[in-house]
Amino acid sequence: MIAGSISKITGPVVVAAGMTGAKMYDVVRVGAQGLMGEVIRLEADHATIQVYEDTSGLMVGHPVESTEAPLTVELGPGLLSSIYDGVQRPLPVIAEQSGDFILRGTVASALDRTKLWPFVTVAEVGADLVQGDVLGTVQEGKTIVHKVMVPPKRSGKLAWVIPSGDYNVDTVVARLEDGTEFTMTQRWPVREGRPYVRKLDPTTPFTTGMRILDTFFPIALGGNAIIPGGFGTGKTVTQQSLAKWADVDIIVYIGCGERGNEMTEVLTEFPELDDPRTGAPLMDRTVLVANTSNMPVAAREASIYVGATLAEYYRDMGYDVAMMADSTSRWGEALREVSGRLEEMPGEEGYPAYLATRLASFYERSGRVKTLGSGEDRVGSVTMVGAVSPAGGDMSEPMTQNSLRVTGAFWALDTSLAHRRHFPAISWTKSYTLFLGQVRGWYESNVAGDWVSYRDRAMFILQKETELQEIVQLVGPDALPESEKIILEVARMLREDFLQQFAFDEVDAYCPPLKAYWILKVILAFSDASVAALNRGVSLRQILELPIRDKIAGFKTTPHEEAIEEMKTYTTTLAEDIAGIEVL
Amino acid sequence: MTPTAEETSSRSLLSTDYRTLEYVTGPLIFVHNVHNVAYNEMVSISMPDDSIRTGQVLEISGDIAVIQVFEGTRGIDVDKTTVRFLEEVAKVEVAPELLGRVLNGTGKPIDGGAPVIPEKRLDITGSPINPYRREQPADFIETGVSAIDGLNTLVRGQKLPIFSGSGLPANDLAAQIIRQARVGSGEEFAIVFGAMGITHREAAFFMQQFEDTGALERVVFFMNLADDPTVERLLTPKVALTVAEYLAFEKGMQVLVVLSDMTNYCEALREVSTAREEVPGRRGYPGYMYTDLSMIYERAGRIKGNKGSVTQLPILTMPDDDITHPIPDLTGYITEGQIVLSRQLHRRGVYPPIDVLPCLSRLMNLGIGEGKTREDHRAVANQLYAAYAQGRDLRRLVAIVGEEALSDTDRRYLRFADDFEKTIIGQGQEGRSIEGTLTVAWELLAGLPMGELKRVREFIPKYHPNAGDAKGGDI
Repeated sequence: MIAGSISKITGPVVVAAGMTGAKMYDVVRVGAQGLMGEVIRLEADHATIQVYEDTSGLMVGHPVESTEAPLTVELGPGLLSSIYDGVQRPLPVIAEQSGDFILRGTVASALDRTKLWPFVTVAEVGADLVQGDVLGTVQEGKTIVHKVMVPPKRSGKLAWVIPSGDYNVDTVVARLEDGTEFTMTQRWPVREGRPYVRKLDPTTPFTTGMRILDTFFPIALGGNAIIPGGFGTGKTVTQQSLAKWADVDIIVYIGCGERGNEMTEVLTEFPELDDPRTGAPLMDRTVLVANTSNMPVAAREASIYVGATLAEYYRDMGYDVAMMADSTSRWGEALREVSGRLEEMPGEEGYPAYLATRLASFYERSGRVKTLGSGEDRVGSVTMVGAVSPAGGDMSEPMTQNSLRVTGAFWALDTSLAHRRHFPAISWTKSYTLFLGQVRGWYESNVAGDWVSYRDRAMFILQKETELQEIVQLVGPDALPESEKIILEVARMLREDFLQQFAFDEVDAYCPPLKAYWILKVILAFSDASVAALNRGVSLRQILELPIRDKIAGFKTTPHEEAIEEMKTYTTTLAEDIAGIEVL
Repeated sequence: MTPTAEETSSRSLLSTDYRTLEYVTGPLIFVHNVHNVAYNEMVSISMPDDSIRTGQVLEISGDIAVIQVFEGTRGIDVDKTTVRFLEEVAKVEVAPELLGRVLNGTGKPIDGGAPVIPEKRLDITGSPINPYRREQPADFIETGVSAIDGLNTLVRGQKLPIFSGSGLPANDLAAQIIRQARVGSGEEFAIVFGAMGITHREAAFFMQQFEDTGALERVVFFMNLADDPTVERLLTPKVALTVAEYLAFEKGMQVLVVLSDMTNYCEALREVSTAREEVPGRRGYPGYMYTDLSMIYERAGRIKGNKGSVTQLPILTMPDDDITHPIPDLTGYITEGQIVLSRQLHRRGVYPPIDVLPCLSRLMNLGIGEGKTREDHRAVANQLYAAYAQGRDLRRLVAIVGEEALSDTDRRYLRFADDFEKTIIGQGQEGRSIEGTLTVAWELLAGLPMGELKRVREFIPKYHPNAGDAKGGDI
């Protein structure tokens, strides 16, 4: 056993002497209360430790013991619908133990040890099993079938397997001929990505139900995106909408250094919300990791790795998993805070020089992969969406810039849009996606063959509007010719009737890509017909007097099927109406 | 937190006064050859002139303890000054009788009244509320200020800071809110006021306000004035919030905490950080300022099964009116919205000079709507925002092209923006009920063409003053 004693304490960082043999990132227990910590620097027999709990009351000379294992998470049935803190302790269990406030030194098991799960045996005795092979399945919640798999780096001939039945997670369910026993759980170090066979090209879009994202800036399942925005621009609302509506099997939601009341909102809302696809409560397919800003800073640093490992575990079962991290800036700040306590040479804005490396290795844990396991071809994906909170709303700061280099899409939130209550406040001029080429094929075969042309035209009109607005700022709107005024009008319709989406409206909260396509098509049909009419000599006022714009504005809140059916005929109706205007 | 019994007993035998002070810098002293000293432990310092000061252990390295002295280090020498470790972390004595009292920044009465008999002594750092045990805030607080009630509603258990600039009437606004704030049930708030580095004049203003309105008996006033020790300020908000949590969660009261001015608190934090020669973050503020601030602001909210609540109204001064300065910036990332005061409105004589565009209340939707305020509240707020933003944009345009170049609709938007500032925002010291606010709002919206009122369309028949005249057409 490696045991030393404290020689220095400064905030969440503690130095222990006599730790010969300790390894980097080993978990240690500090002081009489056994506070959990992690070795982050070694210097001869001195180990520097970041402690996951408040260090008040610790003294020089207090004992420090190494567990000689890195920080791991426990994986098994019962993860779904759980609520964990940053080091995978279930918050409801902590509440039982220590009441309304979180006290220190709490030890709580991540999974319920007593609950019996209906285990269905799959593997057969005598079979040659390799890592990732399914031993059996467990129905977890209403919709998700949990696959109990041979952990990575293990293989052999199956000597014995338990018959189907109800067991708790610690029951030995299988044994290999070499004597290795498996229960329903396995442990995995959080800072190491779980293995897979190979990465696949991400070609299926990650459907979010948000028109601006699905149409203008789509990403693929297994892709990654960042949402940067100053405070009050709607990062959290956007993240939560994604969690509610994204077309994936499992959601891992990480509240990293965010507000307590916001986490409560997630905790109260998710169990009540129904999954739009299965009707089961959304919570049944969600894992929450909640580490609010006033909870210990080192645990905040660990929380996103815990989340990533949970996401990878379900990916390995062949599920599409979306992981939301709100906000990665808080993680970066935790890194900076600990780095400062270590008196490391600071990089840009005080962040450590290794920020970029850490970010890159984190986002690279997303992806669509062929999973381990012989037999059937399992494909799973982890899609990551990280919120970034740039200091002062300035996107040139290191967290945003370093994230941009390693992620595939940039969904920029714009303060001025938020101020005029244009939500989602995602800027169409600053955002971009690198996944368009990869998902285009899917849209063309599943939505419409000419999907890209409508998307591009709409983008063009919005871009044109930005240019025209500059002229309007100088000379006033009346100086523009009618042919340009109609562009402004159409752009306004695009903004109000297409891009704006009300997250709290029953119908509009989720918009299927097909409906989004039709709304675009109707607006652009209006544009075409109007331009033709203007060329005939009709005045813009005559066109705008028709009740067409109100009609179009209503489509987004009309139930999807009904709206799509109606729009199919309305594109021709409105064109006829406009063509029918007589020249004065 | 306290060391375990075993540790304490072994220490008491050794407990001694140290005379091994070796180094003094800024608010810090370094004591050598110490044993069994706990991190964050409180310290009593006997000065050469026999006066006593208090301090707290910031860092221990081997046998050296770094201590911050709350009353400042003036007069401390390395020869005669002795240091005694008190074997406990910073605590404050609490009792319901604190209501109506004035205390210093560390929680000692300074109003000359009878000593408070403590019911408990509580650790001022507090512990984070388990997010799983939090109750979602849901109750509307009527502050009587239209720009807040109507557009950025405050909800019980929320933390909503006021971002002010030097010379702007943030204190008047705070006093007005304290005077008028009511929860839906009509219950009055207990006020915990934490003053950090405010001037005597400002302190006297608040005292006067409390006395005039008879609110004093439900106020606990913590006073660290501008000429009080800077480092003491680091304790004040924590002490105030400990008392607030005690009144709310143990005595079931509705507590409103006003902290003024958080900028002074952050300056003190920077002062200590600089003295410790820490790696500075943005503008010299320490890298852990976000964590430190969050441990203050996050101490607001409600708890399941508990009828009390802590609502926070911190006030901070934006240096040079810069909202991207680290103090307002980090605050905004922790709090649930912000109320921003504008110098421009103030100069134009608008009171309260709230610039609603950058304002936000993140919990607004939880506290408004049918059964709480009125069914049309959200829609009206959205419409007001959109119309005012458009009016403001047009003002810039008018400056270039002149008003003649505008269309009739645009001219109406311009007028709307002016009237909005005069009536909705510039209501003066009078309180206005939420019904009153919505009525004024509809009167203003009636000045715009009905076709423009897209966001309130469904409520036009019921609330539009001219609803009978036209049906959806342009009037």
